[in-house]
Amino acid sequence: MMAKKSNQNVLQLENLTKYFGGVPAVNDISFSIEEGKLAGLIGPNGAGKTTIFNLITGVYPPDSGKILFWGEDITYLKTYQAIGRNMARTFQNLRLFPHSTALENVMVALQQHHSYSFIEAITHLGGWGKKEREIKAKSMDILDRVGLADRANQKARTLPYGMQRRLEIARALALEPKFLFLDEPAAGMNPEEVNALNTLILGIHKELKFTILVIEHHMDLVMEICSHIICMNFGTKIAEGNPMEIQSHPEVLKAYLGE
Amino acid sequence: MSAYTEGIICVLCINAIAVMGVSLVTGYTGIFSLGHAGYMAIGAYTAAILTARYSFYFIPAIVAGGLLAALIAYIIGVPTLKLVGDYYAIASIGLGEAIRLILENGGTFTRGARGFPGIPNYTNLTVAVCSFVIMAFLMFNLINGRFGRAFKACRDDYIAASLLGYNTAKYRILSLVISGFYCGVAGALLGGFLLYIKPLMFDMMKSTELTSVVVFGGLGSMSGTLLGMVIITLITEVFRPISQYRMLIYGAILVIIMVLRPEGIMGQYEFGPGMFKAIKEKFKGDHYSEEGRKV
Repeated sequence: MMAKKSNQNVLQLENLTKYFGGVPAVNDISFSIEEGKLAGLIGPNGAGKTTIFNLITGVYPPDSGKILFWGEDITYLKTYQAIGRNMARTFQNLRLFPHSTALENVMVALQQHHSYSFIEAITHLGGWGKKEREIKAKSMDILDRVGLADRANQKARTLPYGMQRRLEIARALALEPKFLFLDEPAAGMNPEEVNALNTLILGIHKELKFTILVIEHHMDLVMEICSHIICMNFGTKIAEGNPMEIQSHPEVLKAYLGE
Repeated sequence: MSAYTEGIICVLCINAIAVMGVSLVTGYTGIFSLGHAGYMAIGAYTAAILTARYSFYFIPAIVAGGLLAALIAYIIGVPTLKLVGDYYAIASIGLGEAIRLILENGGTFTRGARGFPGIPNYTNLTVAVCSFVIMAFLMFNLINGRFGRAFKACRDDYIAASLLGYNTAKYRILSLVISGFYCGVAGALLGGFLLYIKPLMFDMMKSTELTSVVVFGGLGSMSGTLLGMVIITLITEVFRPISQYRMLIYGAILVIIMVLRPEGIMGQYEFGPGMFKAIKEKFKGDHYSEEGRKV
């Protein structure tokens, strides 16, 4: 199966450009990601990495260029339609629902695929009980995967920071995506937590056969898990290739270490 | 049961239905409203005109009052709730006042500022209590399920919610329509209880009272809203003999609660096992601060 599809591009960006005021946050970026890859997007602060995520997931539209997803043009997709294309993302600055419990945070995503009607919701008749139990059980499975099962009934805002990060990944997994965008999942984590996160991401990638694009500052994390890396600086792509190529690429070294 | 007690129970049930509606839209969906008395007025006048003038049976009249209020909520909600922000709060002030003024100047159809007398007495104790039980049952079911979670998600972070596939504008409008229906029904019941309605009953004061009860009880807690409403209604009843100071006491209580417990009486908790667990944990001391950092 892999052999047949291995060269298919899931995500393809063509000459994507976005200006904020007069500043090009993303300038003429093109790259593509093959199915089943675990790819990394790196670059110094302000390079435009998160802007790319926001453009893909429709938080704002690009000024020019094209985004193809499974060959379909999704350039002007609305944010809430992204889920219909089987993609999910996490955020650099956590965007959990702070007043809901960890379990509810996952359930609110998972229920999108296990819905029931309004009438069933207000009467609790029909498929309500069965569907709710199903949603809850599957949500618990996902929490278990990220190691938060024992914190299920704690409000999200009272969870320690590292756990909040993992809860975001759990919520994205609950959308049952095929393509996962992780925006700096290791931000603010200590080395121990980063290691655990590594294992988690690799596990997800292997077992669930996702295509993953991860933005990251921790070079060791990216170099360790990603097979394909795109490096940006000042809104433009400066390098693309496997970890070895990136590590020795003069432009990358210049961007990270200075001249 | 004395007629007085019966009356208080009826008022409690009617107010409860109205505040449940406001609690859904303000507490659960995070849309502040200062015009929900307008929906009550629509419900009250619809039911009054249908029963008194066209001799409708009261149940379809009450439902019609609720539905018309929901329809108006939809019409006002579509342009204002597509935007994120407090646009609806401002629009709702205008809406509440506009409805009141239309009713005041409605000529013989609404009988203007002097009010609408001669409404049949259809709201007795049974009708009020049954209506409350049905409406509360439906409301608590609604919030304990996918819609409740979706409303809260749209309230807490609309960008995250929309990336989970929620068209947040749609959910905000749905929430407002349901709350319009609840207030419409409450207004219709109020007309059948008082037998006389006038536009001034549904002014800004009434709207702010509805919203302040929700804040008082706890934003995002349906049972807190009901508890807050019972406390506020009973306090105004208890101090009826010194009626000129009632509003003073009412105001003082709101201030005291907001200073001592800004999240409202119940915070975000509902009555039930979850609440007791949370209280227990608070006293046991699970040592995490509000920001989630270990203390």
